[in-house]
Amino acid sequence: MLARTAESLFWLARYLERADYVARLLQGAAHMSAARVDADRSSEWESAILASGAENAFSARHALVSAPAVIDYLAFDTSNPSSIVSCIETARRNARTVRTALTADMWDAINSTWLELRNFDPEQMDDDRLAAFLDWVKARTGLFHGVYASTMLRNDGFYFTRLGQFLERADNSARLLDVKYHVRLPHAEDVGGLVDYYQWLAILRVVGARRAYRVLFKAKVAPIHVAELIILRPEFPRSLVFCFEQITTQLDRINGQDPQRSAEGKRLAHSLYAQLRFGRIDHIFNSGLHEYLSDVIVRSDELGLEIAKGYLF
Amino acid sequence: MSAAGFDEMQGPDGTRAPYALVDAWLKSLPREQLALKRREAEGLFRRIGITFAVYTEGGDPERLIPFDLIPRVLAQAEWQRLKLGLEQRVKALNAFIHDVYHNREILRAGRVPESLILNNPQFRPEMAGLDLPGHIYSHIAGIDMVRTGPDEYYVLEDNCRTPSGVSYMVENREVMLRLFPDLFRRGLVAPVAHYPDELLETLRSVPPPNCRGEPTVVLLTAGIHNSAYYEHAFLADEMGIELVEGADLLVKNDICYMRTTRGLARVDVIYRRIDDDFLDPLVFNPESMLGVPGLYFAYRAGNVNLANAIGAGIADDKAVYIHVPEMIRFYLGEQPLLSNVPTFDCRNPDELQHVLANLKDLVVKEVHGSGGYGMLVGPQATREQLAQFTALLKSRPYDYIAQPTLALSTVPTFVEQGIAPRHVDLRPFVLSGGDRIRIVPGGLTRVALREGSLVVNSSQGGGTKDTWVLEGPG
Repeated sequence: MLARTAESLFWLARYLERADYVARLLQGAAHMSAARVDADRSSEWESAILASGAENAFSARHALVSAPAVIDYLAFDTSNPSSIVSCIETARRNARTVRTALTADMWDAINSTWLELRNFDPEQMDDDRLAAFLDWVKARTGLFHGVYASTMLRNDGFYFTRLGQFLERADNSARLLDVKYHVRLPHAEDVGGLVDYYQWLAILRVVGARRAYRVLFKAKVAPIHVAELIILRPEFPRSLVFCFEQITTQLDRINGQDPQRSAEGKRLAHSLYAQLRFGRIDHIFNSGLHEYLSDVIVRSDELGLEIAKGYLF
Repeated sequence: MSAAGFDEMQGPDGTRAPYALVDAWLKSLPREQLALKRREAEGLFRRIGITFAVYTEGGDPERLIPFDLIPRVLAQAEWQRLKLGLEQRVKALNAFIHDVYHNREILRAGRVPESLILNNPQFRPEMAGLDLPGHIYSHIAGIDMVRTGPDEYYVLEDNCRTPSGVSYMVENREVMLRLFPDLFRRGLVAPVAHYPDELLETLRSVPPPNCRGEPTVVLLTAGIHNSAYYEHAFLADEMGIELVEGADLLVKNDICYMRTTRGLARVDVIYRRIDDDFLDPLVFNPESMLGVPGLYFAYRAGNVNLANAIGAGIADDKAVYIHVPEMIRFYLGEQPLLSNVPTFDCRNPDELQHVLANLKDLVVKEVHGSGGYGMLVGPQATREQLAQFTALLKSRPYDYIAQPTLALSTVPTFVEQGIAPRHVDLRPFVLSGGDRIRIVPGGLTRVALREGSLVVNSSQGGGTKDTWVLEGPG
């Protein structure tokens, strides 16, 4: 496969995964904000910005964190390369450059999404319309994921698409959990209190795992279980260990043909996967969740660079 | 003058035979239905992403070319006649280009003026003496034809470089099949969907001399901002070959490779859709970011073949066009089956005088122009335009030719006012391989949507139609 084609598929999948994640972040923030459990309601919106990794760029454009500012920046602002609109635009641009590597259904899923995007007017957003828009984004990215999984040939094109999707997802899950540490609770005594509880619950809501949590832990929402779910549980398709299982599988398949290529990328991915697979949540908590997640985020970035180098992106 | 034209459907004695099916269909179809189907067709074009970028315009960079639902029909006998003429013409054009870069016999024989060729910007001295597989230069030629009567056809121009539009030929049929499956059920219309297969066979029939085994074929595009990008992606997809950009290719030791996730892979035949000037910055335009440094040397060394060949544009020139009938006589010893439009070569003082005196009745074209840019349609020109072209002709006569305005045939077309006759042309695509010539029946019909207009180019607001060649006699 042409290196440029592999690169475009990789980024196409990353951007659509990111659009889905940003939509989930905004839904989570909107829900938290409506629940009014927190005295200082801007903190949900602040944490959405932090979890999207865009805090510096956001503060360069907006002096204050407010619901309309965050919604506009994360959903519609074309100057933000990770806004939902930008993600869809970039994904479609990538799709156009590699049309010959897409199945007809994949092209239709992306192109129709891009065409339908025009039906949503950022100027006319209210709560209902925003909710409809975010649901639509999730449905469309879900459609793309289903269509590519069920129509693509199992060769390099599929492996690089999946690699992009799960590298992005790992990064998103790690950031989402890490943000819990950036959100200052109003008062120290609130740790373990109602606000704290709702914030952990909100994380589950964003990754669509309230039900998964009940099935796996059969317990009240507790930080250590939420962290375990998102980092270590192989059953949960947004956990870091699940993502890295996918990443190493795809890299092995790509490498199977040519073991010399990108040996370093493969080593990075497998060492991180081994660490996640054999990790224990009490160890992670004792040595510091934030440090652990920061390390995962840095090493995922390195892996991304190594893949680009190894496969001539 | 448009009123006097020949209508391909309505003859003096009623509906002409080839249009019987279309006529019956139109009579059975309510107008609202037609309008509805047109909107459906537009939706399909948007969804498939069949768009065309128009450089000079602001606004939507991905524009649709208007598609007219009413087909243009040719009877099998009419088509056979055209087909023989097209084969003959393209054979002569390839022989001419080969000759120009080798012994130049036609120039020495004084049948084509030497200065017209050797001083022509489309003449590439870099091609002198290079032997190409099958001696083919224009593997894909688009020959623009017009019709003025039941048995009168003219070739308007030969596109020997990188003619585009064939994706519309295939997709227009695809859309018609989806919208009106009943129309095709009786199997009266010759299919066109195999064009990409024919193209791939053609490209595989001209491997470079040093190619061993099955040739690897790729399509070289300038990228998504090129106006014909959809067509490049469509053809590469249908042929199952890689769609590459210049940066995907590299030349090492005169061998051309593409960069893949498994390292470098050798490339043998490049169907290139970028112009000569941009192909190789080491030899042609040094500013080009689209091409591949060293490609020309790999080509010369016989390690890669290009379709179409570098320098094929010498046969595109509108002043060279004048001499195509002579080429047919000179190389093939045959009489031309297709007519040229009588053309005035403004480099000759007598002809220039005539052109200047009759400017308002003539069409003036720039010899190197294409896409309907830089032309004057005398009968429709303003006084300022006539004055402007008079000055241009006087200062640079060698850059222009002039032709009488032909009464182009019309075909019923669904426009704002309902169904009305509009002028059309026809671009069949002629594929020349190392083994034989292939032509898919029909071609691209372009239609001038404005009443009375003769300019069919998509860059000038023209539309397209599905083109039917009827199977069997009749």
